[in-house]
Amino acid sequence: MVKEIINLISLWALPAIILIILTVALLRKVPIYEAFIEGAKDGVKVSFNIIPYLVAIVVAISMLRASGMVEALAGYFGGFLSKVHIPADILPLAIVRSLSGSAALGVFSDIISNNDINSYTSKLAAIMLGSSETTFYVLTVYFGAVGIKKYRFALLTGLSADLIGIIMAVIVAHFFFA
Amino acid sequence: MNYIWYFLIVVSIIFGALNGRLPNVTGAIFSGTELAVKIILTLLGIMTFWLGIMKIAEKSGIVEFLSKLLKPIAKVIFPELPKDSPVIGDIAMNFSANALGLANAATPIGIKAMEGMQELNKDKESATNSMCTLLAMNTAGFQLIPATVIAILAAAGCKNPTEIIVPTLLVTSTAFVCAILFARIFQKIFPPQKIKEVSSDG
Repeated sequence: MVKEIINLISLWALPAIILIILTVALLRKVPIYEAFIEGAKDGVKVSFNIIPYLVAIVVAISMLRASGMVEALAGYFGGFLSKVHIPADILPLAIVRSLSGSAALGVFSDIISNNDINSYTSKLAAIMLGSSETTFYVLTVYFGAVGIKKYRFALLTGLSADLIGIIMAVIVAHFFFA
Repeated sequence: MNYIWYFLIVVSIIFGALNGRLPNVTGAIFSGTELAVKIILTLLGIMTFWLGIMKIAEKSGIVEFLSKLLKPIAKVIFPELPKDSPVIGDIAMNFSANALGLANAATPIGIKAMEGMQELNKDKESATNSMCTLLAMNTAGFQLIPATVIAILAAAGCKNPTEIIVPTLLVTSTAFVCAILFARIFQKIFPPQKIKEVSSDG
């Protein structure tokens, strides 16, 4: 029952947001078509800008996978990991998602191309990626902009929250998709 | 990132060689670039569409509306800022833009909030509690719709990609609340260092 309601919300979330945005905008006399085109142009730019980052990390991760390293790690830690419902393929994503957004994107794509798209592993990876923000990037940009050199507890806070995010992702994914 | 990238590639080559899988590793360079291009093609469409929709949201004042609702909460989370400070407004805007996935709009507003806090800061090189709390909120990555992830799932043939929306929301809101709590706890453990007074004959 809970799952059904939640699935219904999930189903409606995207169309509802689009509907609300377009309606509010039209009522407020925003030229929605022109605004769309303006934003869409940024989308093209952003996509092209991440190509170099994506190639860098996807190639590195593909090489790592081809070397058999991931299987070897899974062999060592597999017992423990499967007990806590973490597939070995997820490990690189858990590590990289605090460091680089495009890297996390690349690792995620690698995971879903090597696992069944409707599997628990793919869903867990999706939740992990969807709920993450690049902690190191955020700190560098924000503190850099105002010249702060001593971060104090900011990094520790960010990484602790990331860890909570990883644990929560496993719990939630296991509840919904295992 | 430099070390990680180096580490990934060197480990792959050495481990692949020891494992007798060097040809696979070399082959992965080509298949990897191919995969990267496929991802970009998937992303290009959705990024274009979604940023278009979000531009409409930005222009229709939805971000301002959300931030007005959130201002009272921001005052509670940032007790060290003056109650009528414009920084509170910037923080609420930063959060609202992030929640809608408008990273490009959120960052400049967030930096504006940081500048406002820096003006109140006594030690210009050291972060204040409020700054760390704002960054905790930002690093938790609260977002209503993970559009990019949904798009990739859809392109890869996922039957029902939007079913990750609520689970993702559960995770990210927990992380968000924890981030703020952690910031509160850690600011007690790591108090700001006293500025050392330079002696006059120094």
